[in-house]
Amino acid sequence: MINPIPPFAVYIIGALLIPFIRNSAAKRAFLLLIPVVSFINLINIPMGSHFIVPFLDFQLIFAKIDKLSLIFGYIFHLVTVIAVIYALHVKDNLQHVAAYIYGGSALGVTFAGDLFSLFVFWELLTIGSVFLIWTNRTQQSLNAGFRYALYHIVGGLVLLSGILMYVHSTGSIEFKEIGLQEGNLATYLIFIGFGINCAWPILHPWVTDAYPESTITGIIFLSAFTTKTAVYALARAYPGTSILIWIGAAMACFAMVYAVIENDLRRVLSYSLINQVGFMVVGIGIGTNLAMNGAISHAVNDILFKALLFMSIGAVMYRTGKSRCTDLGGLYRTMPLTCIFCIIGAASISGFPLFSAFVSKSMIISAAGQGGMVLLWFLLMFASTGVLEHAGIKVPFFAFFSHDSGLRPQEAPSNMLIAMGIAAFFCIFIGTFPGPLYSLLPYPVEYHPYTMTHVVTTTILLLFASLAFVFLLFAGVYPPEMRAINLDADWFWRKGSNLVVNVVTAVAGSIAKGLDHVFIKTLPVKLAAFSRRPISGMMKEYKNINVTTGPLPETNSMLMPAGVPVLISVAFILILALVFLL
Amino acid sequence: MEGKKYFFDKPENLKRFFRIFYGILAVLVIIDVAFPLIFGHKHADFAWESWPGFYAVFGFVAFVILVFGAKYILRPLAKRREDYYD
Repeated sequence: MINPIPPFAVYIIGALLIPFIRNSAAKRAFLLLIPVVSFINLINIPMGSHFIVPFLDFQLIFAKIDKLSLIFGYIFHLVTVIAVIYALHVKDNLQHVAAYIYGGSALGVTFAGDLFSLFVFWELLTIGSVFLIWTNRTQQSLNAGFRYALYHIVGGLVLLSGILMYVHSTGSIEFKEIGLQEGNLATYLIFIGFGINCAWPILHPWVTDAYPESTITGIIFLSAFTTKTAVYALARAYPGTSILIWIGAAMACFAMVYAVIENDLRRVLSYSLINQVGFMVVGIGIGTNLAMNGAISHAVNDILFKALLFMSIGAVMYRTGKSRCTDLGGLYRTMPLTCIFCIIGAASISGFPLFSAFVSKSMIISAAGQGGMVLLWFLLMFASTGVLEHAGIKVPFFAFFSHDSGLRPQEAPSNMLIAMGIAAFFCIFIGTFPGPLYSLLPYPVEYHPYTMTHVVTTTILLLFASLAFVFLLFAGVYPPEMRAINLDADWFWRKGSNLVVNVVTAVAGSIAKGLDHVFIKTLPVKLAAFSRRPISGMMKEYKNINVTTGPLPETNSMLMPAGVPVLISVAFILILALVFLL
Repeated sequence: MEGKKYFFDKPENLKRFFRIFYGILAVLVIIDVAFPLIFGHKHADFAWESWPGFYAVFGFVAFVILVFGAKYILRPLAKRREDYYD
């Protein structure tokens, strides 16, 4: 038996080896082998802290294996397999390398036992993911990638300053429960650093701005890793922090209103991602065993059904080159399998009985109910209806049904169908037999999703909400799809940054213009004239002022040798320049 | 391919689909009203959850509120031309 290596290492080493494999069949085999080997490696690491490396006065821990980190480790491997199968046709090495660096850093964060290695992997996440956006190689993806990178670099700095202050005040770099402490700024900075990756409201625009610009295959990785590692980090460090309840409820409720009117289906799903992470954040905020288990199992399920939904829309985009509701419609005719997979994903995210969200989201709502939180309960129920609207109905309906766009694309390629099939299988399997998932959850709790009350009430809620859709559609009041974008919080930094640039250019421009006028246009001319005929020049000025004194004779005797005035003027300019610079 | 009729191109299939959908809704209403008789007490955290019709009305109304909120409040505020940022 070979000794295991740190959990992130197989991905990172694999990523670096990809460019050296020339044969395309061998490369595909290698791409699939990486997560399998990594998974075998992971299950061979026993529970506890391993791979401890001394660093300065501290210890870096590269594998802190407990039930909380393990379940995230498992699902990250599963989704890698799915996403890699989906991306097998991609020839671009850079995309594969970026995906594995990204996945490896997600594993690095998940199993980091100390804050320093956590931070390093946190930054590596940004680097891996931004290449999945840039490799789409459009002007939009380039710009969005830069905005995305800037956002995460700022987030990383907030996290780093929090970590440094925290380590300074506690003397420990262990990554464990931190919790918000009154008057301890460090705990708040780390909290916000996690929150940026978790797409909290106002801090969220990087998701909806950049994800829809990424590659068709890259977005599957993106939807799985960044936000879920942030959920993991919050679950580890801030369980039961009550402000998270309201942050999560806001995420769940505001994002879906945007999703209703958004035209680009990949952007609809990005809003949906925020909405679903909102449920998880609420669960972490409630912090009871039931709520924490709900948040974690919902993260697992969300990775699967969100990947499935993104894959089905990605397949449509692969075949048609389009992802907007206004351009699509009626594709069930020639892409029936993709359509079925999309509907399975939609049913899973909506939480229909036998589909995965039914067994996880309900834990969070039950936890709110058991805590007697009336307002929260109503918000979550409202958000559940909203999920049905934008992800459960809108995505499959406008892509595959609705008006006939006249497009008759081929069915998705076989590797994409296999990937969607695997994800769909797990969505239904977990939804129907939640036992195996529950056995992996970190907190001890008895929960039975399949009670008669739960099945009946959920079905009624969802189907009568669907009835509302039918009514609105037939009555002609359902908002028509429009070719338009919707302003979001990113307006402040996309237009705001323009404003800053404009103000700075205006101010700096007028200063520069003034300087230009004085130093380039007026002064040299005057100096030149002065140096040519210093005395007569002065006399001329004098003459101008005292016109009455009459003309003075201009003689050549008044001219100085050429070198002296040049020297004077250069010295004068130097002194002025010095004054200006100082 | 041009003249080929697909499943929902035939009006009778669409009609059948909606008939089944409304049928399921009707059955659900009956189950909901008769719930205490068939399965006994509903396990609920709040009193209103046991009211017959609560979930049906809530689902319907919440859906309409969301769609109207998005259409009549958010869209007028947020909608811009696609090249707004370019």
